[in-house]
Amino acid sequence: MSTLEDTGALAREPGRTSFLTEGGTTVRSWLLSTDHKRIAFLYAAGITFFFFLGGAAATLIRAELVTPAGDLLTADEYNRLFTLHGVIMVWFFLVPSIPTTLGNFLLPLMIGAREVAFPRLNLFSWYLYMGGGLLTLLSLLLGGVDTGWTFYTPFSTLYSNSYVLLAAAGVFVVGFSSIATGINFLATIHLLRAKGMTWMRMPLFAWAMYTVSLVMVLATPVLAISLLLIFAERAFGLPIFDPRSGGDPLLFQHLFWFYSHPAVYIMVLPAFGVVSEIIACEARRRVFGYEFMVYAMVAIAVIGFMVWGHHMFVSGQSPFASLVFSFLSFVVAVPSAIKVFNWTGTLYRGQIRFSAPMLYALGFVGLFTLGGLTGLFLASIPIDVQVTDTYFVVAHFHYIMVGGSVSAFFGGLHFWWPKITGRMYSETLAKFAAVSMFFGFNFTFFPQFILGYMGMPRRYHEYPPEFQAWHVMSSTGAVVLAFAYLWPLFYLGWSLVKGERADDNPHDATGLEWQTSSPPPKDNFAEPPIVTGTPYRYHAEGFAPHEVRPIHAPQDPQ
Amino acid sequence: MRPVEASTYAPRVDSIFWMLTAASGAVILLVGTLVLFFSIKYRRGTATPRGPVPDRLSREVEIGWTAATAFAFLFFFWFAAVAETTQFEIPRKAMEIHVVAKQWMWKLEHPNGTREINTLHVPVGVPVRLVMTSQDVIHSFFVPAFRTKQDVLPGRYVEAWFEASKPGTYHLFCTEYCGTDHSRMGGGIVVQSQSDFARWIDAQPQGDSLADQGAVLFRRMGCTGCHGGSSRIRAPSLAGVFGRQQPLEGGGFVTADESYLRDSILLPNKQVVAGYQPVMPSYQGVASEDDLIRLIAYLKSQKVVSPRPEVGP
Amino acid sequence: MTEVTLQEPWATAERQRVAVQFGMWLFLATETLFFGGLFLTYAVARFSHPAGFVAAAREAEAMFGTINTVVLLTSSLTMAIAERAVREALVPLARAMFAATLMLGVAFLVVKGFEYRSDIVKHLVPGPEFTLSQTGASQFWAFYWTATGVHACHMLIGLGVVTRMLLIPAADLPGRSTTAEGSALYWHLVDLIWVILYALIYLVGR
Repeated sequence: MSTLEDTGALAREPGRTSFLTEGGTTVRSWLLSTDHKRIAFLYAAGITFFFFLGGAAATLIRAELVTPAGDLLTADEYNRLFTLHGVIMVWFFLVPSIPTTLGNFLLPLMIGAREVAFPRLNLFSWYLYMGGGLLTLLSLLLGGVDTGWTFYTPFSTLYSNSYVLLAAAGVFVVGFSSIATGINFLATIHLLRAKGMTWMRMPLFAWAMYTVSLVMVLATPVLAISLLLIFAERAFGLPIFDPRSGGDPLLFQHLFWFYSHPAVYIMVLPAFGVVSEIIACEARRRVFGYEFMVYAMVAIAVIGFMVWGHHMFVSGQSPFASLVFSFLSFVVAVPSAIKVFNWTGTLYRGQIRFSAPMLYALGFVGLFTLGGLTGLFLASIPIDVQVTDTYFVVAHFHYIMVGGSVSAFFGGLHFWWPKITGRMYSETLAKFAAVSMFFGFNFTFFPQFILGYMGMPRRYHEYPPEFQAWHVMSSTGAVVLAFAYLWPLFYLGWSLVKGERADDNPHDATGLEWQTSSPPPKDNFAEPPIVTGTPYRYHAEGFAPHEVRPIHAPQDPQ
Repeated sequence: MRPVEASTYAPRVDSIFWMLTAASGAVILLVGTLVLFFSIKYRRGTATPRGPVPDRLSREVEIGWTAATAFAFLFFFWFAAVAETTQFEIPRKAMEIHVVAKQWMWKLEHPNGTREINTLHVPVGVPVRLVMTSQDVIHSFFVPAFRTKQDVLPGRYVEAWFEASKPGTYHLFCTEYCGTDHSRMGGGIVVQSQSDFARWIDAQPQGDSLADQGAVLFRRMGCTGCHGGSSRIRAPSLAGVFGRQQPLEGGGFVTADESYLRDSILLPNKQVVAGYQPVMPSYQGVASEDDLIRLIAYLKSQKVVSPRPEVGP
Repeated sequence: MTEVTLQEPWATAERQRVAVQFGMWLFLATETLFFGGLFLTYAVARFSHPAGFVAAAREAEAMFGTINTVVLLTSSLTMAIAERAVREALVPLARAMFAATLMLGVAFLVVKGFEYRSDIVKHLVPGPEFTLSQTGASQFWAFYWTATGVHACHMLIGLGVVTRMLLIPAADLPGRSTTAEGSALYWHLVDLIWVILYALIYLVGR
């Protein structure tokens, strides 16, 4: 039976054997490893690649939009670039980003498990991810896709002259990777929690992984079938959505958004988890309203399935359906608002330390608040009619998914970096990156709200000159933002090689992942840990975690 | 920074927009101030006392702000929904414009047969009803100054309406991505005073009205062979068909609006009038979108009894 | 009962069994939603063009469909016996039943192949050669080819799963009862989906 008296007590030995070396250091030993921590690294490599690929496309887009005329790129090139940007960023970066890297690495550690439930399935899902990515890359190399990431029919099935099938096949395959990850996490959380780790003792990050897995498992198959139907119509000429044979192109939109709206929550729920962990630790406070945070995430995951029609207010769907979807969209905003208030409340009477992860987390709260509030505009039908398919929508979802999720991802990456790699990074350089990301982001995307309300449509290669000033502002901000994304590559890369060795618990954080060594041994814990209390036992009067520590008294399991 | 308000609906949309902006501003201010205040007061190392937060208090706060948010959102929904529902009903006296979208242009037709491309002239103060369809992919008819946007779908008619309130020329954009020249698929809406508009439309080359052209097509395409009064094949007479409640073979009724007439020409077996055989051939590929507009205009002009029914958007 | 082979990270056979079942049921949930999307397209098409849709359905070869339903239901029986036999460590019976399942599955695909040939000969593939003119007819046949095609892919995966069970050495088979259970669950799902497809395709308009 183990005790948690000292940090690191759950590690096998302080003698620095870790998963990085245990099990071999050959490339083969990594590519065939079923260790969830190594798989997280494999995913991290893929995700970094796709993030910068999608980012390169965004850079070209912003460069083109500096002038009203289409002078840098041709219309077809521009259309292919924003499609590439959307497809890559949504399916190959945002959806898998936090769950497959931080989630894979941390979830078993946080709930005191040795592994995920199905380690081989976990490795297999990485291969699916890479396979899907390669198919999509192939479509890019052959000449690209120009349908937009939404693949709307009948354009995608009957009119587009580009590699739609290949790209759709890539997304189809990566969908199964998502499903596999979701099933794995759900089984892990249900069946592998440590003794005493009851549902209401789980860290919010674990809860976030639970809810996100639920959405992945239940929404992604609908994406698969919609892409399959596109495939059938385009490749075999089977008239499914074709209006000339009596088909309904709106049916595709319903199917697509039935997945793609929940997919927004796939992208943002993990961020909620990360930010809750960081804020609690850096404010030395129990998360304000822990239970409400849990219920809010579950509510978002469930109600998120019932709001897809708000993407279709101008599509020609029944106006009465639109009213219902509008109402439900306001309803789903309530739990999101609750979360923002709770993060703010967590700061109350805290001992706030402004470390780099904390700056990222606070930046997240700001950007997510603005993104969420503009969601209310889009839920109101008359406003949505004006701003849908304009830059207002572009700004809104970038605030949620890039301002929100990506900030949280960087925050989490910094927060758990010492645990994952066993090295420290330069706090000063990291703070600089965090601050430039926040300002660069607002600089880039806030002008787009104004553009959108003025009527600037999205996916426009050329635009009327009166919009130019705002576009120039946005593109200038993008330079700052690009810097803020590239900068961590250098100091984190340096940290990997030369960084100072990290303690087992450099942030003085609670949570089982901090109780093992940094980086953790292959089997995570020398002995299965036992949990005796609620999470986040931080104490604002001192710097150390709350003195009430888990003890090795006999406990009822669960 | 503010888009022009050039329709009767625009001020209503803007009032919702500014109300939401004010509410959002208040929330941002509240959250921002709190974060800033806590960050300063409770930054690490200050001597401020920090007792525990009582559980009961936090629970009450939690329920309090959940309820407050829910009520606020309910109010926003109600406010926006009311504005929306007033738009459902299209004024009866609306002037009718037929819109055909194709990659990458807008074709617009006035009832008297005047055709325009990418530009539409309308008089101020007159409701305009748009009956729109697409020849290929999905497009979207967007006039920011009017706060009007409607996706234009292939294979069916969709409707939208507006009433311009201010003379001027305003942008027309396509806002549903439709391929290579999506960003060039735009034009202008020219709003003129009623007298200017009358002068403009008189100056256009005089042709036959849509209905008259439709009458010619109705004969040329052989419709009279069956639907004419003295034909041997039994087909329903079409005089006054528009706006009627048609009983269907197999039960049920359908209002003979533009969409129904269109479907009956292209997909004649879809909804067969009770008492008739599904013998009509499809005119898919024979009648173009332009032909359809004319044929339907002709059928509408043949109305004998009932006034135009209300048609939802 | 024989000792079950333990896989990472499970400590007990019971826990591992629960995990495989849990994962498999989750997977079945995703499959249900997958086919749910397909059934939704069916419902929408049939609702829009009831007459043409039903008329087109009359062209479907009910004989082939019925034979296949019987074949597949029987295969579910043999699969169920096989799974139980593995748990009871009756290795020869288990292998015989897996083999029977495999053969019935192949038979299903062969019959399906004959049906496809007959459909193609009758020009029931939507396209320029398509013979039915009523609106909705091509929608029905688009659904027919997509749904049966997707189902056939599931059958192929199912055959792979059964083949894998047959390739497990006889001595190891009793230890793999959880694998057998997972395979059986999958097979039954594919069977169940076929029963729904049977009703949607062959029984409409009869």
